[in-house]
Amino acid sequence: MTEAWHPVAASSDLPLRHTFHGQLLGRELAIWRADGGFVNVWENRCLHRGVRLSIGLNDGRELQCQYHGWRYASRTAGCTYIPAHPADAPARTICNRSFLAFERYGLVWTGESPAGELPTVEVLEAADPFGLRNLPVNASAELVIEMLHGHGFQPNAKLDNFGAEIAVQSYGEHCRVLSAMAGGSTTTVVFFVQPVDASRSVIRPVMVGVPEPLVQTDVLRHHNAKLTELRDRIESEAARLPALQPLSAAIEQVPIHLSEVPIGAIGRRKAPLRVQVARKWQTATDIVAIEFESIDGQLPTFQPGAHIDVHLPNGLVRQYSLTNGPGELTHYRVGVKLEAESRGGSASLHETVREGDVVAISEPRNNFPLRRDSLRTVLIAGGIGVTPLLAMAQALHHNDLRYELHYFARADDHVAFRTILDELGDSTQAHLGLSPGGTAAELERILDQPGHAEHVYVCGPGPMLEATRRIAADRGWPDEAVHFEYFQNATEIDDTTSFEINLARSALTLRVGSGETILEVLHQHGVSLGSSCEQGACGTCSVAVLDGEPLHQDVYLSEAERELGDQMMVCVSRTNGKSLTLDI
Amino acid sequence: MTTATGHAVCTDPAILNQWYAVAAIPEISVAQVHRTRLLDSSVAYSVTADGECLAWRTAPNDATVTVDASSQLDWLPTRTAFGYLWMSVGEPPPDVFEVQESAEPDRRTLNAATIGIAVSAPRAIENFLDMAHFPYVHPHMLGEEPHTEVADYTTELRNGELWAVDCRFYQPKAAVSSTEGVMAEYLYRVPSPYCAMLYKSSPGDAERMDVIGIFVHPISEEFVRANLFLCLLDDVSSDTTIRRFQQTIFSQDKPILENQYPKRLPLDPRAETPIRADKMAIAYRRWLTDLGVTYGVIPA
Repeated sequence: MTEAWHPVAASSDLPLRHTFHGQLLGRELAIWRADGGFVNVWENRCLHRGVRLSIGLNDGRELQCQYHGWRYASRTAGCTYIPAHPADAPARTICNRSFLAFERYGLVWTGESPAGELPTVEVLEAADPFGLRNLPVNASAELVIEMLHGHGFQPNAKLDNFGAEIAVQSYGEHCRVLSAMAGGSTTTVVFFVQPVDASRSVIRPVMVGVPEPLVQTDVLRHHNAKLTELRDRIESEAARLPALQPLSAAIEQVPIHLSEVPIGAIGRRKAPLRVQVARKWQTATDIVAIEFESIDGQLPTFQPGAHIDVHLPNGLVRQYSLTNGPGELTHYRVGVKLEAESRGGSASLHETVREGDVVAISEPRNNFPLRRDSLRTVLIAGGIGVTPLLAMAQALHHNDLRYELHYFARADDHVAFRTILDELGDSTQAHLGLSPGGTAAELERILDQPGHAEHVYVCGPGPMLEATRRIAADRGWPDEAVHFEYFQNATEIDDTTSFEINLARSALTLRVGSGETILEVLHQHGVSLGSSCEQGACGTCSVAVLDGEPLHQDVYLSEAERELGDQMMVCVSRTNGKSLTLDI
Repeated sequence: MTTATGHAVCTDPAILNQWYAVAAIPEISVAQVHRTRLLDSSVAYSVTADGECLAWRTAPNDATVTVDASSQLDWLPTRTAFGYLWMSVGEPPPDVFEVQESAEPDRRTLNAATIGIAVSAPRAIENFLDMAHFPYVHPHMLGEEPHTEVADYTTELRNGELWAVDCRFYQPKAAVSSTEGVMAEYLYRVPSPYCAMLYKSSPGDAERMDVIGIFVHPISEEFVRANLFLCLLDDVSSDTTIRRFQQTIFSQDKPILENQYPKRLPLDPRAETPIRADKMAIAYRRWLTDLGVTYGVIPA
């Protein structure tokens, strides 16, 4: 029976935002319709603490468990949000058990593991179905089916008579088609029998053809009375038979990796926003564009150059610059390049994340602010490094400020976000397929003449960044006029030293051994500190240094900041001395 | 083991050899026989006119109306502690666990509620040990969206008891006498498998903690009567106000507990999915496993 399709609810049992409690073969089901019409049939049990989901809240897109507010997405039954840990993106694999579901003949059909297509009943294909009263019966489905063979009713045109001739046809194990014939009129009713438990069933009768509106009430009354008689006969027969053991529906075990309490997320970045992937498309070779829309309320304001942390389903956190133009706050748009040597970040966004998914992101933060008091702004982009510069270019464009955007890319099909570039018009220039030497020559040309109150913003791969900074310096651009953002730290990190750290505020002294980072040691000892890229590029784990000489290995701090020596990025930086005193 | 009527009774020594609070003494009418079940055994108790507490095993349909201590009955051990009559159908330790605060003269102690719940005792205890449900099950009382985060806390074993320390949770109205939201601090303590205490920052006294206990009286594996014990620093609110607040809380938990499936607590780690906030629940399940508990649970 587990391979068969069974009706478990009437479509009318699923009004807007309702959750219906159903049962099939001893297994309880939570059945609900999302606002888009999709019908979900789930095991009636939140896999967190076993609370029935049929008492949960259907918000039209998700079902929320009443106990701890866990939210589960329509269609997938995957957990999208765990309120007790608002900064964590729930593991994608936290998923309630769901079953295939279809609506046909005004009924919702499902099965434990149905084999094949949902079968059709020919008579119902030929005419409109008209659902009669669904009748729960305390008897096995087998007994109900057997006793349907003695059921009788009148054709719709002869309701006042009695003694109609009944023809019964079998349609599989749990369906009987009864036709009542009298005085040249025939009415056919298809009786589906839902096996609820060993000794409980629901008869779901569907009439073939909708009766004339004037007689509909009489037809329903007639069948109501006949079905009640049928139930009484079946139940008195069932009472004579030996009682059956209730069926026990096995509860599946949760996957092993979900059975343990996850390791603490101390110091992980806060991701206060939940957004939905509204659109995802290929914008260039190896680059997808993703638009995130807010689930509840307005997305926070961003500045050109800002990035968001995206908490990926696989637990990684990655930073992506916003490409939005000014005032464009209905969504956040990012571009993601599939890195050949992806540690799982870009691959996850390329392959796993789909439109409709809910993702945890941080509020936008800006480590790459755009001055708008320049007389000329030169934006230099390499590859995917174009993303923050697109936001800047749109802001400058909109404000009628003088700027130029130089976009270095491997080839024409590697140029992303053409729609935005087209809107920017003549101020953008693509430089395609240049060798490192060719790029340097082009940069020499672009940066040839530094002017008063002019600024350069550059974002791209490490070597190009280095080249730009060097050329700019050679050409006389002052250090503070050249702004750059690394998206990764290409420096080879030396982690061989070992030393002590004194935490001034926590009154703790900890040892950092070779092969460990300061950040890891802090986390091991329960010291909470935010971190993000963990490769010295994002600036999140910056800590004030009170004493000792840091060995900077990050790419976040500028030369001037490094020389001051009063802060360090504890994810990569260390000391060659014996100890450091940190303001933690 | 079964009784004469064929009814299965508890044979789990970890559960059998414990004290259970079956009634609040001020609520017991004197010199009358009160019948109940404890761990599926039929039992009766009475408080004599002299204040003596008696308890004995009965046949399921026993209808004795009066009793005196000299009669030949199957006597059961009793204790009185924190205003409750405790009894055992096994071989319990000499005394009921201690609650030091109950001896402090400036505290109010009372039974806030005794409520029947169609759930196993350990599910009821686990609910009592849980903070994450406050904003959803007790909105505007013990929690409030969007303050849903459960900060990291620590669980530990202390002298054979299970503790959770350094627990904090936002509460819009931490007790009857609270008027505004606070980060309430909690300590949880499980002195015996079916009893739990919580110590919570008192709105009435910044230095001390209010004490709330749940003493579960297991009728059967899937039905309990839960006694809610209060030992508060509150000289403002009336008993009725205090009871109403706690009874409202209880009435909010009851439908959730009665909709948990299965009713017995599964000890298999793969039965349900924990998160960090569930550390205490996980520690409790492991502790029950280590104690060898089989009654009211689905053993791993």
